[in-house]
Amino acid sequence: MPFYEHVFLARQDLATAQVEALTEGFSKIITDGNGRVAKNEYWGLRSIAYRIKKNRKAHYVQLDIDAPAAAIAELERQIGLSEDVLRYMTVRVDELEAGPSAMMRRSERSERDGARGGDRGERGGFGGEREGRSFGGDRPDRGDRGDRAPRADGDRGGFRPRAA
Amino acid sequence: MGRPFFRRRKSCPFSGADAPKIDYKDVRLLQGFVSERGKIVPSRITAVSGKKQRELAQAIKRARHLGLLPFLVK
Repeated sequence: MPFYEHVFLARQDLATAQVEALTEGFSKIITDGNGRVAKNEYWGLRSIAYRIKKNRKAHYVQLDIDAPAAAIAELERQIGLSEDVLRYMTVRVDELEAGPSAMMRRSERSERDGARGGDRGERGGFGGEREGRSFGGDRPDRGDRGDRAPRADGDRGGFRPRAA
Repeated sequence: MGRPFFRRRKSCPFSGADAPKIDYKDVRLLQGFVSERGKIVPSRITAVSGKKQRELAQAIKRARHLGLLPFLVK
């Protein structure tokens, strides 16, 4: 049976227990369709990068699934009907990831970063609670950009005459 | 060398041993490859290889769909 990663976003005003019930319900659809839910991971109430159906935050849940396509189709049908789910995505993967996903690892790391403070602190200053503002690698990349462009000119007979 | 604007070619950050896996869930990683405005940075700037850049673009678009990354930062 193929493997899938399924992520869905539940409405922000649900309680954690309700989200769990939702997850359970969806898992049952999979098991009823002769599938198996290898792992379910609750990412917590995260802020979304943009508003979805008037929500600024959502409960994220990831399901790692090993199930026939028919079960996935049924799951997506049910999720589409559910008013509590803002959005979902199913991705077929070659193999399921063992252990916690990048998301969980990331949150551990960001806690440590928060404690370290330093450069991150000043950036948090103007962003407030917005997730998108805490650009991790953005600034260093900018520096690279300045270096890059002239080199490309030299290679390709470029778009800036002074390098020619 | 006398060439004033010559820079050594940086190698692809996703190739070679212990390179990070491109994953739409790894927001922190992906965030390094979008501009402040939220646009995907071209590979001629980030030096990501063509193959990896396609993977990366796919991952960023998936992350956007799930609201993990913005489509646009105003």
